[in-house]
Amino acid sequence: MIAQARRRVPPATAIALAAALAAQLAWRLAEPAAPSAEGMAAAPSPAVLRLASLGEQQAMARLVMLHTQALDDQPGANTPLRQVDYAALAGRLGAALDLDPRSQYPLLAASRVYAAVDDPARIRTMLGFVASRFGEDPARRWPWLLEAQLAARYRLQDPAQASGYAAQLAAAGAQVPAWARQLAHDQPQPGELAATRAVAGALLQHGMVRDANEARALDSRLQALEPVRPDPGRRVR
Amino acid sequence: MNQCATIAAMTLREAARNRLHWLLLLLAVCAAGLAGLLQQLTLTETRETQALLLSAVLRLAGAGIVACFVVTSMVREAQDGSMQWLLALPIARPVWLLGRLAGFGLFAASVACVAALLCAPFAAMADLGHWTFSLLLELWLLAAFAAFAALSLRHPVPALALVAGFYLLARSTATLGALGRTRDGAATDGLPGGLAWALDALQLLLPRLDLYARGEWLAYGVRDSGLGALAAQAAIYIALLLAAALFDLHRKEVG
Repeated sequence: MIAQARRRVPPATAIALAAALAAQLAWRLAEPAAPSAEGMAAAPSPAVLRLASLGEQQAMARLVMLHTQALDDQPGANTPLRQVDYAALAGRLGAALDLDPRSQYPLLAASRVYAAVDDPARIRTMLGFVASRFGEDPARRWPWLLEAQLAARYRLQDPAQASGYAAQLAAAGAQVPAWARQLAHDQPQPGELAATRAVAGALLQHGMVRDANEARALDSRLQALEPVRPDPGRRVR
Repeated sequence: MNQCATIAAMTLREAARNRLHWLLLLLAVCAAGLAGLLQQLTLTETRETQALLLSAVLRLAGAGIVACFVVTSMVREAQDGSMQWLLALPIARPVWLLGRLAGFGLFAASVACVAALLCAPFAAMADLGHWTFSLLLELWLLAAFAAFAALSLRHPVPALALVAGFYLLARSTATLGALGRTRDGAATDGLPGGLAWALDALQLLLPRLDLYARGEWLAYGVRDSGLGALAAQAAIYIALLLAAALFDLHRKEVG
């Protein structure tokens, strides 16, 4: 058996290794910071996405969603939603939904995240996306149209559009639970907070919110709508 | 039978000597990190997203590990002369090849088990069972092809390139076929007729690996996995590869 004796490394080699490592670290530190966020490019064609997925279309749909989120949600480099190209965004959400029609992720992102922008045109783009994809699978997608109806009524102040969405929900018949159709029909509530509470409460009560992250986001949204109350411990001067 | 088991055991010992268990452990750590990252990033459907992405990554990594091990092991054995030495012993060549494939198959089973353990928190047991068994079939198929490629080409880089090409084409052949033809069976506009026929031929020649180990089973549950058909396809293709490898092996001179 050949004994493997460890030889001492020549000092020059060790110094060269340390110097090369230091040079690499210095090079990376000296590089200018990456641009805040690349623009929201249009989604690749469905055929390209299917081919790239190697048969795992559902996994590719999640990757498209996470990449889309990353474009406007990079830590320290947030791109305000007002600067995002919403036509490209709707294309990406549509591509993700085409790859995995059973997923609710793109519709939730459209109705809860991207429709929360302070720009009526962009809100309409997202609500239009949700409404246009509702008819393909009303039994699974009605919660997002219910929320779109809420946004149309209170954020856009457009009762005609809200009534149109309520009519879409009603037309789906038994595929949408009776309580949801009733909730859409009964609105308006006195203010956005009350209406959002009513919808969120009903969704929670009927077990429609099963994901912990989704529940936390819903709670944060309700808290954000709460009017700011003066701190009782602080004396008002 | 004893000779076959001995050769299989030698193959497994070689996997242990190559520190492949450390590679599997590293894979497990990376998978746990990915699952934790996804837990923080997702807006909803966290479990489904973890199941889909983790299973896709583990499937690719498992295929890569098995293919690299089989090719490097077979090529090393051919190049250092131990294959010639073994074949000079009173061991029938089919027994030697079956023993090697059995060893690779057992190693592939350990890879599939590690992948299943890592996906277990995100899927129901029955769905996980379907996924793991079909992943095992896929890895066996790939191991048989890698053994055939290494025996035929005798050099690691061309053999690995051939295995990678086979794997990628076998996973995308259905999509390529759909792109090449319209619904009524005509060639897609702008695509030369010869290319459409080549895509058809490729579909006939390759197994559809995109039907194996589908992440959607873990995310949404198994409706109809068609495990019987997948097993039959794997058995037919492994028999084909075994016959092709034996054909090549019988033509080799023992030095």
